[in-house]
Amino acid sequence: MKFGSSFPVRVRFDKRGRVRWISHRDVARAFERAFRIEALPLAFSEGFSPRPKVSFGLALPTGAESDDEYLDVCFAEAVDLDRLPDALSAVLPIGIRVLGVAPLEEGAPALQDAVNAVRWELEVVHDDAAGLLVERDALADALAHFERADSIVIPRTRKGRTADGDVRAPVRHIELLDNSVVAFEANTHLNSIKPVELLRALAHVAPALGELTERRLVRTHQWIERDGARLSPLDADTRPRVPEARAS
Amino acid sequence: MIDLWPRIEPLLAKVEKPARYIGMERGAVRPAWAPHKAAWLLIYPDTYEIGLPNQGLQILYEILNERPDAVAERAYAPWTDLAGSLRANGVPFFSVDTHRAASDFDVLAFNLSAELVFTNLLDLVDMAGVPIRAEERRPEHPLVLAGGHCAFNPEPLADFVDAFVIGEGEEVVGEITEVLGAWKRGGRADREALLHDLATIPGVYVPSMYDVEYDGARLLAVTPRYPDVPARVDKRTVADLDEWPYPKNQLVPLIEVVHDRLNVEVFRGCTRGCRFCQAGMITRPVRERSAEQVRTMVRDGIRRTGYDEVALTSLSTADFSGIEGVVADLVREQEGTGQVSVSLPSLRVDAFTVGIAGEIQKVRRTGLTFAPEAGSWRLRQVINKLIVEEDLYAAADAAFASGWRRLKLYFLTGLPTEMDADTLGIAELARKVTEIGRTHTKGASATVSVGGFVPKAHTPFQWFGQNGVEELHRKINLLRDDLRRDRSVQVKWHDPEATFAEGLCSRGDRRVGRVIERVWRNGGTFQEWSEHFSLDRWIDACAAEGIDPDWYVTRHRDDSEVLPWDHIAAGLHKDFLWNDWQAALAEHGLPDCRWTPCYDCGVCTDYALEHVVASAVAPAGGSQGTGQDLARGGEVGVRFLGTKPAAVS
Repeated sequence: MKFGSSFPVRVRFDKRGRVRWISHRDVARAFERAFRIEALPLAFSEGFSPRPKVSFGLALPTGAESDDEYLDVCFAEAVDLDRLPDALSAVLPIGIRVLGVAPLEEGAPALQDAVNAVRWELEVVHDDAAGLLVERDALADALAHFERADSIVIPRTRKGRTADGDVRAPVRHIELLDNSVVAFEANTHLNSIKPVELLRALAHVAPALGELTERRLVRTHQWIERDGARLSPLDADTRPRVPEARAS
Repeated sequence: MIDLWPRIEPLLAKVEKPARYIGMERGAVRPAWAPHKAAWLLIYPDTYEIGLPNQGLQILYEILNERPDAVAERAYAPWTDLAGSLRANGVPFFSVDTHRAASDFDVLAFNLSAELVFTNLLDLVDMAGVPIRAEERRPEHPLVLAGGHCAFNPEPLADFVDAFVIGEGEEVVGEITEVLGAWKRGGRADREALLHDLATIPGVYVPSMYDVEYDGARLLAVTPRYPDVPARVDKRTVADLDEWPYPKNQLVPLIEVVHDRLNVEVFRGCTRGCRFCQAGMITRPVRERSAEQVRTMVRDGIRRTGYDEVALTSLSTADFSGIEGVVADLVREQEGTGQVSVSLPSLRVDAFTVGIAGEIQKVRRTGLTFAPEAGSWRLRQVINKLIVEEDLYAAADAAFASGWRRLKLYFLTGLPTEMDADTLGIAELARKVTEIGRTHTKGASATVSVGGFVPKAHTPFQWFGQNGVEELHRKINLLRDDLRRDRSVQVKWHDPEATFAEGLCSRGDRRVGRVIERVWRNGGTFQEWSEHFSLDRWIDACAAEGIDPDWYVTRHRDDSEVLPWDHIAAGLHKDFLWNDWQAALAEHGLPDCRWTPCYDCGVCTDYALEHVVASAVAPAGGSQGTGQDLARGGEVGVRFLGTKPAAVS
């Protein structure tokens, strides 16, 4: 993202409850309207059809919740960052709250490129009419099989094309929480895994489980890992707050 | 109250666009229910994306929720995927605001904007767990109410709807609320008594309070069963739009919908007098909103919604008095922020109008739409759409000169007196428009969009026998063949089979209700959607019910015939409509009564109403509606191009 002589800001927000059913694009539109309602001085792109300079991070699947979403927005002039979270939260759809903001460095890499690790939690149920939770022991067994496997090759769809791929490699850590909730951390670049693919992989290594689906899906973390450090996107490529802004 | 959300949410993972069902739009309310309040469920019986922007529904939603004795929530037809899983899981039809069962409400109030949604009304009443036939409902069942333009011929739905509201709803919903409140306080015992009371409210039609007599196929009379029930139900009309600055809190949906922008209604009613246009006939007289209130509603609306586009809506916005001034002010106000665009959804065909459009659409000049409606001046006089060729060519010239590259032209086919020369005239107009365009831009193109004409109740064409399916196909093919070699003209058309079914529902009587019920029972919902529509289902249902659809659709009627909607009044005298029908056949146009003497259609005189307009003179530019003044339009000279001069009568 090229910002020119304007004021780029990184925004962290969550998406919880009923609003999880709106799409990534719907969230983008909701933010653009919130910026306009708050009369924030958005910077616009040049050209025939000027667009506000807002860029979003990794898409969240429709139906998933998240505690850790990000966007970068470019303002034409300085704004009061201290009041920004509350002001935006008040006019965003119920369930989307702005949790933090930070001024962004000029020329910071785009979120979609910079974020390279995420953590998910899924509540796993059987994909049948009853939709009951999967028994904890059966799930633990499937996880053990998953962890022991060197590779798990299943069909993956990327950009509309389906090809076999190894979904074991991108998973760095997987564990079973209470209530049949599986948590896992995974890469997002090169070789990646979607939550739905993790469920397919578990069904693949433990066929007795049958088809699986999730009742709840939450992205709990996103990270920018760089030079051996794991950073929150609010701490990477961002600048310290200007003291004057804090005092106001 | 039972919140159905926990039972609905698990079904959403497997349906298209689950956000249709979550509510939570900016502007939505969670009303405070109380036993003494009349609870309204306002229903648009088509998808959320089509229904949410409906201004009528949003206006009533606000007006009712402002009342201390009412609550109102909204509902839309669940798409077939969710409808299937709701039924499979025993979950009833629900409101999107608090996800209550529809049967918790006192009134299920349907907005009927199109006839092909009629089967959806039955489906939703059934999904609410309410008997679809009015006579089978008991005191514990909600009242099934319907309003909107289609209520002007209520008869095809008379067996399913307890009461219709004829005309504008702003005032009458309050009166209905009071009657309902009294009935609830009285222990909601006697449904018949409630219906009787409702039937005495002006503008409310209760079909079960009327007897219908036939003589064979012919309708003889529709007569009230009680002396205090009116023999003729007159429409309701709001006299002064400035007293109703609604919606004040236009809903901002979370997903994309049609007309996804701030909409500000600048006037209601239209006296252009286009004879095919039911909306223009039944919404008379013209009532403008003051320019000052328009400005305020735009300013407040933009600030509150965060929209970056506002549409000034009406049946013909370029006719709004002082439109240039209002538009200039809006454009000036937005300068600096610079990012709000203004749109005029219904453009008149002349260069003046293009000038206004150019003023407000400084960017994104991709397409502009005009509706000449018919391909020859002769036929445009028949339908009273008084646009001469010069108007259209001047509009096209102005549009292409100002940077537009594609014009969309709307036409009707199957109009009274239409001959093949008229149909081919459509091709001629489209060709000339692109020739004019090519003098400005190499890529100039036109899209011709053709819809089959359906005669509607309360119009001068209500006696006309609609063209059949074959004839409409023939005319569309004639046009397509003629334009086959013109790469710059694209032809689109509406399915003549859907036009036929629409015709049956538009001018049917009570007996057509049986066909609608059978189509619904055979799975025919979402008939506005081509993937769900099949004319065979309608024809089969007619056969099974012993009904000849052609008798309703393609038969010409005469002035001695009792029409199924004769006991419903839009204020237009039947002899005025008949005389206007005869004038149409004689190819005589009728001027706009806003700017020329009254010809006594009946509305203003009978209802003690008058036009509310800020200017007593016709707008500048173009001939449309100015009657005898059929001079060329606008400041842009008309050029006749190439070897084919325009034929001007």
